[in-house]
Amino acid sequence: MRKRAEAALEKKAALGEDIDLSKFREGARDIPEVSSLEELPERTREAMLRASVVPSGEGREGSLVILDNSMVARSVASDAYELMDVRAAMQKHDWLKDYAWKLVQPDADKYTASTYLADAPGYFIRALPGQHVKMPIQTCLLVGSQNTAQTVHNIIIVEEGASLEVVTGCVSEGGVEEAIHMGISEFYVKKGGKLTFTMIHNWAEQIGVRPRTGVLVEDNASYINNYVILKKVRTVQTYPTAHLVGRNSVAQFNTVAVAQPGADLDLGSRAVLSGVGSRAEIISRSLTTGGRVVNRGSLVGKAADIKAHLECRGLILGDKGVNIAIPELEAHIPDVEMTHEASLGKIAKDQVEYIMSRGLTEDEAVGMIVRGFLEVGIRNIPEELKAEIDKTIAQAELAKG
Amino acid sequence: MLEIKNLTVEVGNRRVLKDISLTVPSGSTSVLFGPNGSGKSSLLNTIMGLSNYRVLEGQIIFDGEDITHMPVHERAKLGIGLMSQRPPNLVGVQLRDMLRVTSRGKRDPGKLAETLNMKRFLDRDVNVGFSGGEIKRSELLQLAAQNPCFYMLDEPESGVDLESIERVGTMIRDLLTGGVTCAGRRATEGKSALVITHTGQILDYIEADRGYVLCDGMMACSGNPRELLREIRNNGYEECVDCRLVKQK
Ligand SMILES: Nc1ncnc2c1ncn2[C@@H]1O[C@H](COP(=O)(O)OP(=O)(O)OP(=O)(O)O)[C@@H](O)[C@H]1O
Ligand SMILES: [Mg+2]
Repeated sequence: MRKRAEAALEKKAALGEDIDLSKFREGARDIPEVSSLEELPERTREAMLRASVVPSGEGREGSLVILDNSMVARSVASDAYELMDVRAAMQKHDWLKDYAWKLVQPDADKYTASTYLADAPGYFIRALPGQHVKMPIQTCLLVGSQNTAQTVHNIIIVEEGASLEVVTGCVSEGGVEEAIHMGISEFYVKKGGKLTFTMIHNWAEQIGVRPRTGVLVEDNASYINNYVILKKVRTVQTYPTAHLVGRNSVAQFNTVAVAQPGADLDLGSRAVLSGVGSRAEIISRSLTTGGRVVNRGSLVGKAADIKAHLECRGLILGDKGVNIAIPELEAHIPDVEMTHEASLGKIAKDQVEYIMSRGLTEDEAVGMIVRGFLEVGIRNIPEELKAEIDKTIAQAELAKG
Repeated sequence: MLEIKNLTVEVGNRRVLKDISLTVPSGSTSVLFGPNGSGKSSLLNTIMGLSNYRVLEGQIIFDGEDITHMPVHERAKLGIGLMSQRPPNLVGVQLRDMLRVTSRGKRDPGKLAETLNMKRFLDRDVNVGFSGGEIKRSELLQLAAQNPCFYMLDEPESGVDLESIERVGTMIRDLLTGGVTCAGRRATEGKSALVITHTGQILDYIEADRGYVLCDGMMACSGNPRELLREIRNNGYEECVDCRLVKQK
């Protein structure tokens, strides 16, 4: 495996611009751990807040924070679940090697290879069998210094009949202008389990982001993925894949993205439906205020009685941005129901004027329509998270591009 | 309050209003009649300032100010409010939020909605999937939240069921009069309105002072609204057109 990874260190990814990793140095591995999130430095806590991570831990079942390449804080409130650095988890559970690097291949591209070889930190979360973890567990992946190459490797296991919500804020501290974040995530949702995973990105102008995510969903289990990126970033390329291997397994992807000027977002979601009766839905809402955004969606039907739908809508604000929708449907057997809808366009003038006729300025009207447009993308997410995402959307400067 | 002088308006490449003049004095209500496609809605939309309606000639004066080329929201701020015949869908914008921002946070959307039995619509996206009558009620709620001094109502009763028409009519009356019934006081304290109606049903609820008949984008006639309505009921619109032609000659 190691050899394969080493051989892949120069291997370009299939999508997204190639990032020269030699410009960056490995994230610090020796930042000391503090005993509670609130003891983290001010600038760290400020950054966390920008990605909906609550430093007080209020309303959260547990927390884990990674800064550069160090785990710097962790809190665990109950024994319904396990939450620790993935390296510690590997030591604790011998069986975990059967889960690591199984859904994402180390030699997939240079980013996975670098992460594999870095012996990366990351979060390990495991909801124990039959446990319903009530409040979300929050994790934060922070980049705290200039020119850092952060590598993380995350594993979530939802055991049979368990349910879990995870919120991950990925964010750079103030003053960090250029960096790269590589994040490998492997999620397992076992029989009858349910995982809701929400990721909020808040990076800076020159940051490159290369997440690599694989999800395995067993019989009667469901996986919900919410991804929100509203703020500035240089380049993001991601294409999480859910493997619906179980009978009646379900996956839902909701994406809300804003491409700010200077940003290049290449965002995809894929579901491979190989379990009989499995269902998948991909919904994306994207907006460009001057950047480039590609929305990919791919549904692959390989089993009988499956049902899958892809809905991708894009808005273009101003006249600089580019919005590209690339929906793909792929059926391997006849007994499938797969559909997609895609649309791109500018904000309808009659809607803007309608709101203006109630006394709001043009910017206010556009803001309202855009917020409404994006909110449809997160309609299915848990209430308590929605409030925070609403806040982020409200704060993002979404008026005219 | 509102004075329209020789207004000619184009939509797309079509002249929908030709040399229209009318006046709505302060505290009074005028009614617009006219066959389908005669330009009634176009006139209200032009007064609101919607950009599809290009004013080629003429002027719109509101409270002594020339608003012919004023942006939509500034007209709203001056106190012009429109109940639109076909408002657009606002996907993702809930009626509750719309009422909240329209009233600038001054009115409680819940209480407002109660008056028109619209509470269960508060969480719905504005106009999305609303029935004809529901659109009217939602528009009226928004106007109540907006609290304009000049109401433009585009067929407020059309599509509204018999039970709701009482509520809608009463609410419009209350909005326009602010509870004042005396004609003299209404002139100084009441709101002004320009109302489009086909059936005249709304006239059971509001005092209309003057009526106009639009035909093919032209002002065919004006006069006492009830008399006009009776004429139209009895003789149809043909008569108005002829009548105008007669006058022209
Ligand atoms: N965007 C447009 N492009 C072309 N024609 C238009 C447009 N908008 C309106 N019209 C035309 O202008 C004319 C006047 O329309 P308007 O809506 O003002 O009529 P109206 O008097 O309100 O009719 P109704 O009683 O049916 O509501 C109609 O013939 C209509 O088809
Ligand atoms: Mg009309």
